[in-house]
Amino acid sequence: MSGRVLVGVKRVIDYAVKIRVKPDHSGVVTEGVKHSMNPFCEIAVEEAVKMKEKKLIKEVVAVSCGPQQVQETIRTALAMGADRGIHVEVSAKEYESLGPLQVSKILAALAKKEEAQLIILGKQAIDGDCNQTGQMTAALLDWPQGTFASEVTLEAGHVKVVREIDGGLETIKINTPAVLTADLRLNTPRYATLPNIMKAKKKKIANVKPADLGVELASKLQVLRVDEPPQREAGVKVESVDDLVGKLKEAGRI
Amino acid sequence: MSLNRIINSKSFDIGKSLLAFNLRYNGKFVPHPPQYRCFRTQARSLAYAKDLFLGQINKAEVFPYPEIGNEELEELNQFVAPVEKFFNENVDSKKIDEDAKIPSETLDGLKELGLFGMQVPEEYGGLGLSNTMYARLGEITALDGSIAVTLAAHQAIGLKGILIAGTDAQKEKYLPKLASGEHVAAFCLTEPGSGSDAASVTTRATLSEDGTHYLLNGSKMWISNGGFADIMTVFAKTEVVDQEGVKKDKMTAFLVERAFGGITSGLAEDKMGIRGSNTCEVVYDNVPVPLENVIGEVGGGFKVAMNILNSGRFSMGSSGAGMMKKLIEMTAEYATTRKQFNKKLSEFGMIQEKFALMATNAFVMESMAYLTAGMMDRPGVPDCSLEAAIVKVFSSEGSWICVSEALQVLGGLGFTKNYAYERYLRDCRILLIFEGTNEILRMYIALTGMQYAGKILTGKIKEMKRGNLGMAVGMMGQKLRSSFGGTKDFGLTGKDGLVHPSLADSALKLEQNVYLFGSAVESVLYRYGKSIVDEQLVLKRVADVIINLFAMTAVLSRASRSISIGLRNHDHEVPTPADTGTEMYHAPENNDASIKKIAEQILEKRAYVCAHPLDRTF
Repeated sequence: MSGRVLVGVKRVIDYAVKIRVKPDHSGVVTEGVKHSMNPFCEIAVEEAVKMKEKKLIKEVVAVSCGPQQVQETIRTALAMGADRGIHVEVSAKEYESLGPLQVSKILAALAKKEEAQLIILGKQAIDGDCNQTGQMTAALLDWPQGTFASEVTLEAGHVKVVREIDGGLETIKINTPAVLTADLRLNTPRYATLPNIMKAKKKKIANVKPADLGVELASKLQVLRVDEPPQREAGVKVESVDDLVGKLKEAGRI
Repeated sequence: MSLNRIINSKSFDIGKSLLAFNLRYNGKFVPHPPQYRCFRTQARSLAYAKDLFLGQINKAEVFPYPEIGNEELEELNQFVAPVEKFFNENVDSKKIDEDAKIPSETLDGLKELGLFGMQVPEEYGGLGLSNTMYARLGEITALDGSIAVTLAAHQAIGLKGILIAGTDAQKEKYLPKLASGEHVAAFCLTEPGSGSDAASVTTRATLSEDGTHYLLNGSKMWISNGGFADIMTVFAKTEVVDQEGVKKDKMTAFLVERAFGGITSGLAEDKMGIRGSNTCEVVYDNVPVPLENVIGEVGGGFKVAMNILNSGRFSMGSSGAGMMKKLIEMTAEYATTRKQFNKKLSEFGMIQEKFALMATNAFVMESMAYLTAGMMDRPGVPDCSLEAAIVKVFSSEGSWICVSEALQVLGGLGFTKNYAYERYLRDCRILLIFEGTNEILRMYIALTGMQYAGKILTGKIKEMKRGNLGMAVGMMGQKLRSSFGGTKDFGLTGKDGLVHPSLADSALKLEQNVYLFGSAVESVLYRYGKSIVDEQLVLKRVADVIINLFAMTAVLSRASRSISIGLRNHDHEVPTPADTGTEMYHAPENNDASIKKIAEQILEKRAYVCAHPLDRTF
């Protein structure tokens, strides 16, 4: 096996920022807003770097799709311990309509090109909350998938994954090459220390275009409108169960 | 003909005395043959502020506002992210204040991040950051006063001596472990009997009988990191024999390792603020210090001490600004939600005034700090000690006042320990005391400038007294012009003006002020002569004026740049220089409109709105 792990990282609005909708309702305000790496992607990078430190794999490659700014996110992954980066260049306009299907096509193509043994992604991005990219990538490659991973053990030729599911925890054994998606409790990501950030400057980031990978970016989805959630209104206290039923009927809820 | 010869010879004398002044100012006496040209063989003379004392604006030093390259800016932004994250997630300031201790996990985290060696060169394991980048990170570390002081005591002063005056052997031996945080450093100058009067230290270092080492005896007080520092820069008196064979006591700087033995640290002081920072007495009892551990020259310790202190001072500006910006956010959240008399607090004028004050102060502190850092980062090691002192005085007092106003907005809540305000207030108080008390620094600012102006003016006045008609007529003309309200054009406004046209009003005010200040300095010198050193109240007023002038300059330069390059929210920067200018101009003008405008902008966004002075648009 090549011993190479591909990690996808996404640049999203920082989790602590208060999101505001653009006045024209076409999306959210991103200009001048603080961005950082998707928290689940951080966990994915951390898992890959841990595997490398345990000498279970040889190389960690961080990938991100988007305009120029995503290089910051790749650099953070490099500072956390990834060996090299791949920046899939997507123009700002195309980025607006870039969704999980397009990204998974790109990742599938790259995985074949780089002969990756594993692809590790975050389970979902905190902006789209799609929770689709990992699953779609595995399907396109016809690889097994270990999603919502809270524990990963890499062994010769296969991976044991403990998954967080509604009923509790499920342990599965899947063959490599495989796609894993990281859940919250998989690990605690390390800080990119300043000396490591400086060392990361010397690591390479390759530029690739989707066309080079034979991927079409056209999306069949169109965002019609973005709205803020309705303002939470004050509740009403009622005296008895009959009152409650009456009020619910009034509001047309039952 | 003979008159000409007299004048020429006088000019020659003046030239020589000016030249001698230049050379002697930098502390070393360089013997020189009579020269007609000034060779720049030593560090550049003081950057900008000195010339203000002569009523001159040294435009090239401060316009345009210093910038850093795109690559550097990107790297800086990369650095900021993990440090901010660490402070948000791993620093419990309330607990640190209550326990009066920084947990060792937190310290370890800071060491791993690389924050213990920010300005140590890369080859010795540090980050090799420039002054500007150090200032930027200072904005974040300032969020916890105890951590900020612990880090500053270690690197801004503790190990600085090695950086600026150490030999290569000393650097190689000590810097790597200091940069990684394995060893922590401390700066040991103050003693029970000598605080502001630093030259009066009584700790002694006597040469051993066999001449291989010194024996250090004495005690130091108020030493930050004193309880656990492994490496200390200690200042002690040594016996020196001067050129004429007379024995004198002069201060020497020593690199002392705790491992040398004989060092005891007292109990940690129970302080009002920065309680997590360790401060204690350190006693030296016959501590053996090898000869090769002298920093700089034997007897040259005072200068080393002053250089160390001068080099770290400017960062108080960015620390203050960082803290202010956080406070504005916190306070704005409250003011826009709390209602009284059926109106939100943010709608009341007196509350708006407080926000305008906080924002203006943050803006000025940022502008001054990065202007000074930018000047210091220029090649040639310019001497910005005057500017750094100005930044320190303004920032310490500005922070103290603004934190108090922020607390006031929250009223009773601000007074409780449930909120951070009272802790910030207690932490801020020390800013006016350490690193040179503001009183001493005001004397330094006023006297250094006046000494410079004095030397130049003495020449002119002597000329006049000896009957140099041309000089006399020139000076009289100047006096007449100023008494008739004439102004001097310094080239800040107008066609080739260096300041953006929308700031022309403020620029004119600055020019006016500088011109008047120059005349005022002249009159003061003429009236008091050498006895000016004893006129503290006059000197205080002089210092206050020059602090304001530097603030106005920094603000104009930064705002000019922001507008010219179209920085985000640059239009929000325009009212600030006007406001700063008018307030400092002491003209009876009403600032209410611009106060309201600034407050509105902040309260709408619930945060400080101006772009960072280091940001670029291209």
